[in-house]
Amino acid sequence: MSDLHAHSVSFVRTETIPQSAPPMTASGPLRWGRENLFATPANGALTLVALFAIYLILSATVPWILNGVWNAGSLSECREILNGTKGACFAVLADRWDQLIFGYSYPADEYWRPTLAFILMLVAIAPVLFFDLPRKLLIVTALFPFVAFWLIWGGTIWTPIFALVGFVVGYFVYARFVTRSFAIGFFGGIAAALATWWVSGFIVPTLAPEEPFLSSVPSRDLGGYMLNMMLGVTCVSLSLPLGIALALGRQSSMPLIKYLCVIFIEFIRGVPLITLLFVASVMLSYFFPPERTVDLFIRVVIMITMFSSAYIAEVIRGGLAALPKGQFEAADSLGLDYAQAMRLIILPQALKISIPGIVNIAVGLFKDTTLVSVISMFDIIGMIRGPILASTDWAGLYWELFLFACAVFFVVCYGISQYSQWLERRLATDHR
Amino acid sequence: MSTTTDPQGGTFRLSMLLNDSRYRSLTLQAIAAIILALAIFQLYSNLAENLRIAGLNISYAFLGTPAGYDLNQTLIDYNSQSSNLRAAFVGILNTLLVAVLGCITATVFGVIAGVLRLSNNWLVRKLMAFYVEIFRNIPVLIWIIIIFTIMTAVMPGPKLYLGAEPERELIGGLFAFTNRGIYVPAPFFTSGFGGEEGSGLNWLLVIGVLVASFFAARFVTASANAKQAETGVRPNTMYLNLAIWFVPVAIVLFILGLSWDMPDPLANRFNLRGGLQIGAPLIALWFALSIYTGAFIAENVRAGIQAVSKGQTEAASALGLRPGRTMSLVVLPQALRVIIPPLISQYLNITKNSSLAIVVGYADITATLGGITLNQTGRAIECVLLLMAFYLIISLLISMGMNVYNNAMKLKER
Repeated sequence: MSDLHAHSVSFVRTETIPQSAPPMTASGPLRWGRENLFATPANGALTLVALFAIYLILSATVPWILNGVWNAGSLSECREILNGTKGACFAVLADRWDQLIFGYSYPADEYWRPTLAFILMLVAIAPVLFFDLPRKLLIVTALFPFVAFWLIWGGTIWTPIFALVGFVVGYFVYARFVTRSFAIGFFGGIAAALATWWVSGFIVPTLAPEEPFLSSVPSRDLGGYMLNMMLGVTCVSLSLPLGIALALGRQSSMPLIKYLCVIFIEFIRGVPLITLLFVASVMLSYFFPPERTVDLFIRVVIMITMFSSAYIAEVIRGGLAALPKGQFEAADSLGLDYAQAMRLIILPQALKISIPGIVNIAVGLFKDTTLVSVISMFDIIGMIRGPILASTDWAGLYWELFLFACAVFFVVCYGISQYSQWLERRLATDHR
Repeated sequence: MSTTTDPQGGTFRLSMLLNDSRYRSLTLQAIAAIILALAIFQLYSNLAENLRIAGLNISYAFLGTPAGYDLNQTLIDYNSQSSNLRAAFVGILNTLLVAVLGCITATVFGVIAGVLRLSNNWLVRKLMAFYVEIFRNIPVLIWIIIIFTIMTAVMPGPKLYLGAEPERELIGGLFAFTNRGIYVPAPFFTSGFGGEEGSGLNWLLVIGVLVASFFAARFVTASANAKQAETGVRPNTMYLNLAIWFVPVAIVLFILGLSWDMPDPLANRFNLRGGLQIGAPLIALWFALSIYTGAFIAENVRAGIQAVSKGQTEAASALGLRPGRTMSLVVLPQALRVIIPPLISQYLNITKNSSLAIVVGYADITATLGGITLNQTGRAIECVLLLMAFYLIISLLISMGMNVYNNAMKLKER
């Protein structure tokens, strides 16, 4: 059949031509560039403007950073080494590293303690963040607050041990009674823990040795980036349960509870954090018993926790509102009581929906810990603006220090937000 | 034959307070009320005891006494002999000033960055993502300090601009950027109310004329709409609207004798005189709040535009609408419904973050009432309470506005 036309047509191609490559302008980087950078004249102009902006930024920063001096004792020495050329003076970071990280009055021999606490924190947080890790690591997480307290503040080891004992006793009471009723177990557990702590308040002073193994460090000696970290971690972990309680309280059918929660949340959200910090620094001590002075650190933790728990409560309320009503009704029809329904059906779903919001609040809270420098606590910003810029050696040096502060905050905050996006994808169980 | 378990009515037993759902909530609320009352009583008695020990009492009389300190930037007349209350008012006006300015510029930055993040230009898209991530992830306090440092440590001193042959000329003969702030020409009226001294009445008059123009322009647009609905032909209102906006205000300004007070390099040997000085603290606070919040607004704008489904754009172009009209008639009205609520809460954030003014020494309410007045009079409780009350009122007003908007914008379902 192939030679059917052999007589009438002089040539018939019998095989297909091999495909030829597309023209250079329609493929590869040229096509990409045309579509993404120079699609229209206006677009091309925009590209040129953007290129120019990038050039301006890079030409100002790159030589400055590359030409940086890392070894010098003071600004004048640094300028001598630079000899008139443009360059950063990163020597200040090396010279004042300890102050930037630990503050200026934490005892230098004890720097290993907060460092160890930081490393332990990474271990303790890991099983909370990543579900694939062995669940046994959660023991570290449970013990971490007590160990970290002991490492950072030092003093007698019996304080954190009895604090832990209180929690353990509370848990056993809870586990014993929760089968009868959640409320009895829950409040019984709290009462048992409080009773243990009250008793240990008499025991600990008698056990405390004269020379504790770790020397005691007062809170006012804490400072630097360590202080930001401590405030951030403490307040986020404390405000999460409080925020959940507030959100549930706001949904409650009991008017007294509901309006208490509403007033608390709206009040806290209506005022800036800085006024709450003023409350912590000048006003809160009026509300404590006169014979007792409460540490500024604790007062600040109280106020920041209240602040962020109000915001977290609103995020979780959004999550609760987003759940279909059928979930609540299904829980009821299964005969679950309020606590069971919340624990097993409602909260797992509502919290999953609220993860992005909660992470946003956590990032915001961590950034807001810098505000404590306004009430003269020496966090990293307080250290830079206070002791370092006021010192004779480094007065007049700004950008290296600010760059460092920006970098440490950016790394943590960007990391957290990337984690939250990963978690959202991981937890997405709906079919898309 | 005991099949029914619930006793109907009948005897009341004490255990029913916990186990019967009819009474349980009452029990719990009673417990909560008792705990609350005990807590308030305890806090109050602590407060009374502490005040007694410190020899203090709660009194607001300090508001009437002379403040005894000077403020660098005031919108109303103020000197160190004015009362603490007046200092607080100066602070309130300054807070509102920086909040309003910040909201306007943050919206501009945010909308530009948010729209450009959706540009089909790869480089611009990445550049805007870089801007958003950098500014969102670094505390606003650091941005305020950085920009304040640029204003005070990098800008030249005013001396450079002084003398008959200055090292630097004023930019266009009008503006001077110095480490004390930016100098701009100041408008004033030669033949207005209040003579040479000038008076706020003049500006009120100008604003009143602008408001009247606004309503007149709205009337013109509405009647054009009505005519279009009736006849299908839309009258050209552009020139009429332009005239309504510009002619009356120009006439009023001419009658009042608008004139400009220029920064003068020759008036003083140490500092620039004349013109309006926008202080470095205000600029640092304003600009830092704008770019920081702008990054958040950019994300809101992007999310809002992406929330409008692509089918809407396609349907609009299927109807034959040009891209510009697709944007203004189809996409934007739907996107705004998503954008505006978070935008308003960003405005709220700007207002609250403006309390950071205290770190750069801008005289807002936190710096006057919560800072200097508090430290000088020692009236910590009163000052902090007043401060919180002010911010609370502002926040409630803004969220009331938001609720009104949300109700107006709610999807009208049948």
